[in-house]
Amino acid sequence: MSTVAATHEHHHPTGITRWLFTTNHKDIGTLYLWFAFIMFLLGGAMAMVIRAELFQPGMQIVDPHFFNQMTTMHGLIMVFGAVMPAFVGLANWQIPLMIGAPDMALPRMNNWSFWILPFAGTMLVSTLFMEGGGPAFGWTFYAPLSTTFAPASTDFFIFAVHLLGFSSIMGAINIIATILNMRAPGMTLMKMPLFVWTWLITAFLLIAVMPVLAGAVTMMLTDRNFGTSFFDAAGGGDPVLFQHVFWFFGHPEVYIMILPAFGVVSQIIPTFARKPLFGYASMVYATAAIAFLSFIVWAHHMFTVGMPVAGELYFMYATVMIAVPTAVKVFNWTATMWKGSMTFEAPMLWAIAFVFLFTIGGFTGLMLGVAPADFQYHDTYFVVAHFHYVLVTGAVFAIIAGVYYWLPKWTGNMYHEGLAKWHFWLSAISVNVLFFPMHFVGLAGMPRRIPDYSPMFAEFNMMASLGGFVFGASQLLFLYIIIKTIRGGEKATDEVWEGAEGLEWTVASPAPYHTFETPPQVK
Amino acid sequence: MSANTITRKLRSFLYAVLLLGPGSALAEYKLNMPESVTVVGKEIFGLHMLVLWIVTIVGIGVFGVIIYSLFKHRKSKGAVASQFHESTAVEVIWTVIPLVILVLIAIPATKTLLKIEDSSNADVTVKATGWQWKWQYEYLDEDISFFSNLDSDSNEAREKGSGVNVRTVDNYLLDVDKPIVVPVNKKVRILTTSNDVIHAWWVPDLGIKRDAIPGYINESWFKATETGTYRGQCAELCGKDHGFMPIVVKVVAENDYQNWVAEQKEASAAASAGSDREWSEDELMTRGEEVYKANCAACHQANGEGVPGTFPALAGGELTTGSAEGHIDIVLNGKSGTSMQAFGPQLNDADLAAVITYERKSWGNDASVVQPSDVKAAR
Ligand code: HEC
Ligand SMILES: [Cu+2]
Ligand SMILES: [Cu+2]
Repeated sequence: MSTVAATHEHHHPTGITRWLFTTNHKDIGTLYLWFAFIMFLLGGAMAMVIRAELFQPGMQIVDPHFFNQMTTMHGLIMVFGAVMPAFVGLANWQIPLMIGAPDMALPRMNNWSFWILPFAGTMLVSTLFMEGGGPAFGWTFYAPLSTTFAPASTDFFIFAVHLLGFSSIMGAINIIATILNMRAPGMTLMKMPLFVWTWLITAFLLIAVMPVLAGAVTMMLTDRNFGTSFFDAAGGGDPVLFQHVFWFFGHPEVYIMILPAFGVVSQIIPTFARKPLFGYASMVYATAAIAFLSFIVWAHHMFTVGMPVAGELYFMYATVMIAVPTAVKVFNWTATMWKGSMTFEAPMLWAIAFVFLFTIGGFTGLMLGVAPADFQYHDTYFVVAHFHYVLVTGAVFAIIAGVYYWLPKWTGNMYHEGLAKWHFWLSAISVNVLFFPMHFVGLAGMPRRIPDYSPMFAEFNMMASLGGFVFGASQLLFLYIIIKTIRGGEKATDEVWEGAEGLEWTVASPAPYHTFETPPQVK
Repeated sequence: MSANTITRKLRSFLYAVLLLGPGSALAEYKLNMPESVTVVGKEIFGLHMLVLWIVTIVGIGVFGVIIYSLFKHRKSKGAVASQFHESTAVEVIWTVIPLVILVLIAIPATKTLLKIEDSSNADVTVKATGWQWKWQYEYLDEDISFFSNLDSDSNEAREKGSGVNVRTVDNYLLDVDKPIVVPVNKKVRILTTSNDVIHAWWVPDLGIKRDAIPGYINESWFKATETGTYRGQCAELCGKDHGFMPIVVKVVAENDYQNWVAEQKEASAAASAGSDREWSEDELMTRGEEVYKANCAACHQANGEGVPGTFPALAGGELTTGSAEGHIDIVLNGKSGTSMQAFGPQLNDADLAAVITYERKSWGNDASVVQPSDVKAAR
C-alpha cells in the first residue's frame, strides 16, 4: 500500500528537518548528547579562564567581577547544560533499547524537551554580553546578592532556569511513562537493568524538586521586579529562606546527577568482569534509600547560617546516614569484580576510575557531614575538591564510560582502543593533579570563589592549574575519537562486548532507526 | 627562581603526589587544617583527624581489595569468572559495620557541636558587621567602633597591572589597616550581621566561622589560649571584592588589651577634632584622595569612571557636578536597595567633606567645595 510507504518516508526525513522535527528516541538522544558535549566544552573553557587566573597569586588576566561571572557560569553550564542533558541523552538512547520498547512513551514531548534546551542555554550565555555582565553570584545564587545586588541580566538568568526546569520535568515524565508502561512482556521491575532503575528513581527526584527550583527563582523575580520581599530582610523577608528553598532542590539535584552514573557503572562492571552484578536487589534498595535521604538532609549546606543546635544535630545525623547505602554500592561493585574474569577496555577503565575516585569524594562528603568540622571546611577549596570528585570523576567519568560502552551500538563502529586508552590515562592522572591539591589549600584556609589568594597557597594552585590545562586538552581528544568512530572504523558485532548481557545487545549494530517494533519476550 | 624555591616547590609537589598528608612536620606547606589555638578549635581538629583516619583506613581496605582483584582476577591471567551474585549475610554485615562507625563518629561530634553553640557567659562581646567589602567592629561594652579594610599595600598590589610582585607584600591579602584586639584566655563572643549581602566571618586558627546575614544576628565564640595574630577571610561570596575583605585578630595579654581600649577612646576623640574648623581646598583634596581610595575606588574606580551597569561613573555624574545637598545626602545616607552604602556612620565629618570635595573637583568635575560644617548640618 502506498500510504504505508509514505508514512515510512515520513518517519525518516533527512537534512535539518530530521533533527528539528524528530520524534525518534535515538535521534533525540544524539541531540542531547551533542548539546551536552558542546556545553561541556564551553563550561570547560570557562574553567580554563578560572585556572589561568589562579595559576599565580595576584590578578593577571581578568578582573574580579568577570572572574565571578566565570565561576558562576561554569557551575551553571556544567550542571544544567552538560551533566543533566548528557544523562537524559543516555536515557533516551538506552532505556527503550534496554526494556525492549519501540520508542519513548511521549515522543512529541520528547522533541520539545530537547529543543527548549538550546534556547535556554543561549539565553543563559548571552547574559555575559549584557550591560553589567552575567550572573556573578555563584551557581547557588544566594539572595540578596542575586536579588537586590545583582546585575540587570539576572532576569534572563531566571527565565533560562525556568526553561531548563520545564525541559527536565518533561524529560522526567517521559522517562517514567516509558519505564512503567512500555517494558517488553516478561520484563518485571526487578528484572530491569540497573541503569533503568536508577533513571526511574532519578526521574521522580526531578519531578519533585525542579518545581521547587522554579519557585525559588520566581520569588527572586518578584523580589527584583514586583516589590515583594521574600528574601529581603529590610522588607520583613528572610535571606536564609532562600537557602532552605535552594538546597531543598540542590541536595536532591546532586543525586540526580549521580544516580544515573551509578546505573551506568553497574552495567559496565558486570560486562567486563563477565559476572553478574553482585546484590542486584540491594543495589535497587540502596538507590531508593539514597533518593529518600536526599530529601531530608538539605541544611547540611548551611551549618554556618546560625540554625538552632537541634537542627544542626538532626541534619548532621541524617547526612552521615547517606554513607551507609553509598558504602553498600561500593562494596557491591567490589564484590562484582571479585573472582571475575576482567578485561580492561576503555569503558571498564573509566568505570574502575569512577569507583576509586567517586569513593574519595564520598569520604570527603562524610567528613563534611560532621557538623563541627564543617564549620572549618565550609566554603573553602576543600568543598570544591569534594564536589569535583563526585561530579567530575563521578558523574562525568560515568558519562564518558557510558559513551565508550554504547558508542559501537550507536555508530556500528568500534572506537580506536589505543586512543581511548590515551584519553583515559591522560584524564585520570591530570584530574587528580587538578583536584587533589584543592583539599590541601582548602584545609589550610583558602576560601572558594576568590580570584586571588595569599602566596602561601601558590604551589598547590599552580599544580591544580597545570592539571586543569591537561585535563581540559584531553577532552578534545575525546571529541576527536568520537568523530573518528562515527566516520568509520572496525565494524562492531551485535553483541559488541563478550560479556554483555541485555536486550540492547540483541539488536544490530548500529541500532536500526526503529527497534523492537514487535516486543521481545523476556524470560 | 633560586635553587631554594625550586627545591621547595619540588618537595611540596612530591608530598602532594605521595599523599603524605596529615600530621607530618610540613607546617610550612599547609597541607592540613591548622590545629587551632582555641579549646573548641582543637576539638574540631581532633574530629577532623579522627574522621580522616577512619576514611583512610576504610579506603586502604576497600581499595586494597579492588587492586588485588584487578591483578588477580583478570582474563589475561586465565581467571575464570565465578557466578556468585548474592549473599544476604555479607550484605547485612557491610550495612551494619558502616552504621557502627557512624555512631562512633557522631558521639564526639555531638559533644563538640553543643560546645560550639554555647556562647553564654562571654567576657567580651564584639559585633562584626559585614559591608561590601570590609568589616565593622563594635565592642558592645566599650563603646568602640571602627572599620577594618584590606591594608593599602595589598590593595595596591592586587590591581591588575600594578607591577608589584605580590610575593613581596607582607601577608598579602591577609592584612588589614586596623585589626581587632581581644584578650587571651577570655571568652570572646562574636555577633555577626551584615549591612548588605551575606558574608561569613572566618578565622581558621580560632576555629570559628559564622555567616553574617542581613536581618540576623548570629552568635559564636572563641577562647584563645595563646597570644598572637590570627588571620582569616570572608568566606561567603559577597560580590566583586569578596576575595579582598580579610579579618585579622590580635590576641593579647589582658593588660595590653586594657591599654588598647583606653587608646581607642582617646583616638576617637582626637579624630573628630578636625571637624570643627574650616579646611582649605588643598587640604580637603589631599585628605579626600586618601579617603576615596580606601572607601570608594573599589566600586567607582580610581578614575571615577565606575563599572558600566553596576557602579555609576562619578566623573561627569549628575550628583557630583550638581548641588552639594544631593551629593552629601547620598554619601551620608547611601541608597537603600543598592550597594551604595551609608558612609555617615563610617566616616567623620572632615573625611566626608574631604571625599565629597575630592569627587566634585576631580576627573574634570568642577563643582563647589564642601566643608565639614556642611556635612555636620546635613546629618
Ligand atoms: C560597594 C560599592 C560602592 C562603594 C564602596 C561606594 N559606592 Fe557610591 N555608589 C554605588 C552604587 C551602586 C551607586 C548607584 C546607586 C543608585 O542606584 O542610585 C552609587 C552612587 C553614588 C553616587 C551618586 C552617583 C550619581 O551620579 O547618581 C555618589 C556621589 C557616590 N556613590 C559616592 C560614593 C562615595 C563618596 C563613596 C566612598 C566614600 C562611594 N560612593 C562608595 C556603589 C558604591
Ligand atoms: Cu547536600
Ligand atoms: Cu564578604
